[in-house]
Amino acid sequence: MQELEKAEYSSVRVTPKGEDRVIIEKDLSSEEMILNMGPQHPSTHGVLRLECKTDGEVVIEAEPYLGYLHRCFEKHAEMVDYPGVVPFVDRMDYLASMNNDFAFCIAVEKLLDIEIPRRVEFIRVIVSELNRIASHLVAIGTYAIDLGAFTPFLFCFRDREHILNLLEWTSGARMLYNYILIGGVAYDLPQGFKKRTLEFVKYFRPKALELQKLLTENEIFVKRTKGIGMMPAEVAINYGWSGPMLRGSGVDWDLRKEDAYSIYPELDFKVCVPDGKSSDIGDSLSRHLVRAMEMEQSLDIVEQCLEMMPEEEGFDPKAAIPKRIRPKAGEVYGRAENPRGELGFYIQSDGKSTKPLRCKARSSCFVNLSAMKELSLGQLIPDLVAIIGSIDIVLGEVDR
Amino acid sequence: MEDTQENMPQSSEVIAAGKVWHVLREKFGDAISELDENPFMPFFEVRQTERWREIALYMRDSASLRFNYMACLSGVDYPEEEMLGIVCNLESLGHHGHKIAVKVKCDRNGGTIPSVAKVWKTAEWHEREAFDMYGMIFSGHPDPRRILCPEDWEGYPLRKDYQVQETYHGIKVPN
Repeated sequence: MQELEKAEYSSVRVTPKGEDRVIIEKDLSSEEMILNMGPQHPSTHGVLRLECKTDGEVVIEAEPYLGYLHRCFEKHAEMVDYPGVVPFVDRMDYLASMNNDFAFCIAVEKLLDIEIPRRVEFIRVIVSELNRIASHLVAIGTYAIDLGAFTPFLFCFRDREHILNLLEWTSGARMLYNYILIGGVAYDLPQGFKKRTLEFVKYFRPKALELQKLLTENEIFVKRTKGIGMMPAEVAINYGWSGPMLRGSGVDWDLRKEDAYSIYPELDFKVCVPDGKSSDIGDSLSRHLVRAMEMEQSLDIVEQCLEMMPEEEGFDPKAAIPKRIRPKAGEVYGRAENPRGELGFYIQSDGKSTKPLRCKARSSCFVNLSAMKELSLGQLIPDLVAIIGSIDIVLGEVDR
Repeated sequence: MEDTQENMPQSSEVIAAGKVWHVLREKFGDAISELDENPFMPFFEVRQTERWREIALYMRDSASLRFNYMACLSGVDYPEEEMLGIVCNLESLGHHGHKIAVKVKCDRNGGTIPSVAKVWKTAEWHEREAFDMYGMIFSGHPDPRRILCPEDWEGYPLRKDYQVQETYHGIKVPN
């Protein structure tokens, strides 16, 4: 049994990097103080409370308390039929609703024998990649404002508005779309969508570069983020990190490549991993860089999809949707690459009912946030803000 | 339902999971059940619940398995068997690329499951969530508290027979 315990602890740990950065004066009274950060704190991006045990300016322990936004999505999902779950899924990660819908539909469609029309697949990828850009813009903008840079935030929200307009034009809603349905999408793309989107892509490319210059080459920003919140790759995997967080630690892992769902295998894009030139691999700056680089990849994907998408006169995107969605008996774990990482749904169906027997959402933010306690060891209080910002949490998804 | 998943051809995922299962069967024998060749989520069940942590460690550290990534841990209620359980989706990220799911069950009233929070840190919060929603105890968990519901909440919301409490600190709880 002792061997067991020993093996358990052999799992890698984060070494606190703060010690040599911070010089603690001797002979001062070192009483510990409890400092509550949140639930209403601008840098927690929602309602999250961190109970920090501090020794002067140094954080000894930060324990996250969550659940302020808990709605028990999973219980709701057991009470409504499958198409009825989609609007609930929208409200989990409200900054990337399209991607959420996409992940849920992928999971359910595995249990249904339906063929998704090719045009629908393209529409889905276009809207979710656009949504990914919008979501990363919020992540980058709010991260900048957390660290005191106000201008990038305004630029990000200005450009995000264009995407929201495009998506509103397509789906009728600005943030909570309920657009991707099981077996199809709600409407075909509007007339002229291709032209307007290409215009946007052309407009946004230089803006993305400008944003890079404003932040990545900004000395203050780099000083606040470089080497802060280091996470080695092995530990990141052990914590179950995914998405930009995991890639920030230097792991080449993207579900769009690994799982090759939808039409992603046909598209040409690369997985963004920082090269370690401008950042230390695994720090907050790397995670920011991954998001910035991913926006450009998403632009490429959107452009390719618009090019390759088959045009059909009078196309009915709802044609493949079954009249009654009753998946066969079984269980499935379906997942997709969200802006914040792997969003997975574990679904159990008994084959008789139109409601899921069990629907568990594996939320990427929830998992990413669980490393907070270890990341904050020995860090300064202002650095805590830089670390939370780099995790890019959406509390709607953490608490579900 | 006649057209269950059994008639479908085996995918590469199932074949890879089959190999994993053979390695585990050789090591642990009857402690694990037959492999269920579910085409989307091949899984086996741990029959001797108390050996789950040992199996988990072997799955993580053995060179031929290397399940270093826990994608998901879901609590499940089986009211007709009087059981609760968990389903773990594991994956070998960056090493072998194979996936498998593991089910562990325990008694519905006061049953315990060994905690794997120290094997995969993902499990720490997920086990707290499963306890919060279903009420099974994870023995050896470093921080066994509720996570999403308030500390003093009554009952376990995701159990099939859950009745919501009428009031919480004098506030009426809507049904």
